[in-house]
Amino acid sequence: MARIKQRAIELLSDGTVMRVIGWEKGEGNCDWSPALFENAAEMENFVYGDYAGANLSKYCLKFNRQEGKTLVVLKPCDTLSFRQLLHEHRIDREKFYVIGAGCKGMKDEKGGLLKCSACKGKEFEVYDEIIDDEEAQKTTALMDRMAGVIELEKMTAQERFDFWRGELSRCIRCNACRNVCPACSCIKCVFDNPASGVQSKAPVTDFEENMFHIIRAYHVAGRCTDCGECSRVCPQNIPLHLLNRKFIKDMNELYGDYQAGVGENERTPLTSYTKEDAEPGIVYERGNA
Amino acid sequence: MMRQFPANQVKKIIESIPCAVYAPVEDGAMVVFERYQDGMELRLDKICTDKTPKDILFPQWENLMHFRVEGKTIELSEQQRCEEDYVLFGVRACDIQAFKVLDRVFLSDPVDTYYAARREHGTIVALACGDPKETCFCKNFGVDPAQPDADVVLWLAGDDYYCEAYTDKGRALMSTWETRDAEEGVVEWVKGEIAKKYDALPFAKLNLKGFDGDHLMEKFNSPKWKKLSMACLGCGSCTFACPTCQCYDIRDYDTGNGIQRYRCWDSCMYSDFTLMAHGTNRPTQVERYRQRFMHKLVYFPSRNEGMYSCVGCGRCIEKCPMNLNIVKVIKALGEGENND
Amino acid sequence: MSVSNPNWKPKIVAFCCNWCSYAGADLAGSGRMAYPADVKIIRVPCSCRVNPLFILRAFERGADGVIMCGCHPGDCHYTSGNYFARRRMTMLFSMLDYLGIERGRTRVEWVSAAEGAKFSKTMNEFVKTIYDLGENRKLGDLRCKK
Repeated sequence: MARIKQRAIELLSDGTVMRVIGWEKGEGNCDWSPALFENAAEMENFVYGDYAGANLSKYCLKFNRQEGKTLVVLKPCDTLSFRQLLHEHRIDREKFYVIGAGCKGMKDEKGGLLKCSACKGKEFEVYDEIIDDEEAQKTTALMDRMAGVIELEKMTAQERFDFWRGELSRCIRCNACRNVCPACSCIKCVFDNPASGVQSKAPVTDFEENMFHIIRAYHVAGRCTDCGECSRVCPQNIPLHLLNRKFIKDMNELYGDYQAGVGENERTPLTSYTKEDAEPGIVYERGNA
Repeated sequence: MMRQFPANQVKKIIESIPCAVYAPVEDGAMVVFERYQDGMELRLDKICTDKTPKDILFPQWENLMHFRVEGKTIELSEQQRCEEDYVLFGVRACDIQAFKVLDRVFLSDPVDTYYAARREHGTIVALACGDPKETCFCKNFGVDPAQPDADVVLWLAGDDYYCEAYTDKGRALMSTWETRDAEEGVVEWVKGEIAKKYDALPFAKLNLKGFDGDHLMEKFNSPKWKKLSMACLGCGSCTFACPTCQCYDIRDYDTGNGIQRYRCWDSCMYSDFTLMAHGTNRPTQVERYRQRFMHKLVYFPSRNEGMYSCVGCGRCIEKCPMNLNIVKVIKALGEGENND
Repeated sequence: MSVSNPNWKPKIVAFCCNWCSYAGADLAGSGRMAYPADVKIIRVPCSCRVNPLFILRAFERGADGVIMCGCHPGDCHYTSGNYFARRRMTMLFSMLDYLGIERGRTRVEWVSAAEGAKFSKTMNEFVKTIYDLGENRKLGDLRCKK
């Protein structure tokens, strides 16, 4: 969208921001990459549009300590991740100028993104200004985002086990899911820490694949905004979002509806409690054994 | 001696091979080299398998030894080297070039005996490429997609595979196949067609001038690395998809009653890559990103008579979640017409 | 799942909070209320100390069942630790169930310092459940079984 580009150039030129995080075109038509622009001349290569699928909020961690403000272009769902990082005091609101960019659903070379098929809406949670367009407001979610989880819940335990073994056995432990995740913002991940006893660079046994993915999903439970980046980046096409959505669904059912990254409340379901909470045994009374 | 056989006989030929055969087969939504068994979906048409055949020679992880502790005694059992003959069927030219890169690393002194044993027991049947992908750029690195360097080479022309053996191992293997004398001139024509297609690819002519030991410091100190690496997540997708990435780590797993020592692929993209007591000498993603491409395009060729450790298979282009790749680096840092 | 190894004895890990459940176990002991020797107790300062990784690590090293015991809700020595632990374990158990791990291998029970009999009863029940389920094959590291 030309308006975003123009506005970013204005803000760069008048010194409001020192740099812009946005997208640039690649060698082909669909391979856009997140990119850094530091002056108006470089902004020549800035693009925004159908192939801007990446969630730029995680990059904010890189620029949080740098001098001056950074302009970041965020889509509606990306602003949830940004808000969550603010809640966790991982980024400083004063260091960023957020342009909320309207989104019609993003694509890659294979077509519409999976994460966009369960679009969470067009509201911007954080912004300094919004540059939207009417077209973007018209598009809606194509499917119920819990559909995949419900389908799995209907299976028997053995079927679920077989399903996840099939999926997780493809894992090559490249860590793309972790590194792209805006909620995985630990400076040193437990799986990178030689002293943790669980550091491992390869999925040597089934157990290690299970453990990595259970713990990764668990660590972001309650903080995961369901931005869908983990499944998008997985080079082995593992449907990782089904793990995160399971946690989201459970928390919604047991502890009340909650969407991470929305509102001012910094307490997530796992950092709060009520005296009337269900006992853990409840999970064994639901669904199929 | 060139021979030919009908393409629909290929399954039969694979099944007739008495030893293990690794071939590209369908596994879920992906095509990977796996030990071929009856009923598997053979996918010889897939030009770059989702996982490289590197796994066969240099698996993602392998046990090296096991220490068992009982009381005050430690029992040590070493892993057996590969003793089984096998055939690697349907490997493409780029991946075969990658084996040569791996050979340079693992077969030079001190020889990696695990790798060497696997290499020795394998017979490679290559398949010349037909239709390239847009992301192929192997010709830049001296790979001829029409003439892979292997024990046996296959070319697909019409409804027939043409085959020729180039080594004793290859001839021995091919002698068991049911083939007939090949029609003359067909393969030459096919090779010409392949060359034409590959020359028309978008990345067919990258300018690699300046990527050598003489320009090492200039490339190393280039201010462009910062912007090139900005979007890099530091995941290992590119290194694990790469047919030539050969870095590994050796780790000990405490089993409770001993130690299982194994080695596994490592990635220079990781923050704990070559981690030392004092920390790491590549503190940010800029240095890690630079390391990968400098290794492929500058360090490796300067020590190996100009042999690049990129083979142009294009897997990193497909796999990178943020669409970063070696072509962008070559274009950004290269000299001359790349800088347009 | 049937027990294929006739010599198989389950390994059961019990995380017990220092203030209630561990004292409860103690009381069971001094009151001569028997519970199976298959249960290995790990004392933790509070049930809230139990990180989901602990549970997985126990399975990794060959546990066939993991049980966590803490003070009754409302009685936590640190006021609210067990309330957080309750939510955490609910979520973890749900995830294990989602991945197809047998139900019953994990359990949470609140045992106070005065409930020696409950401790003994709970452990007897849990061990029986694990015997019925048999060896844990779905969630363990094979290397640890060598």
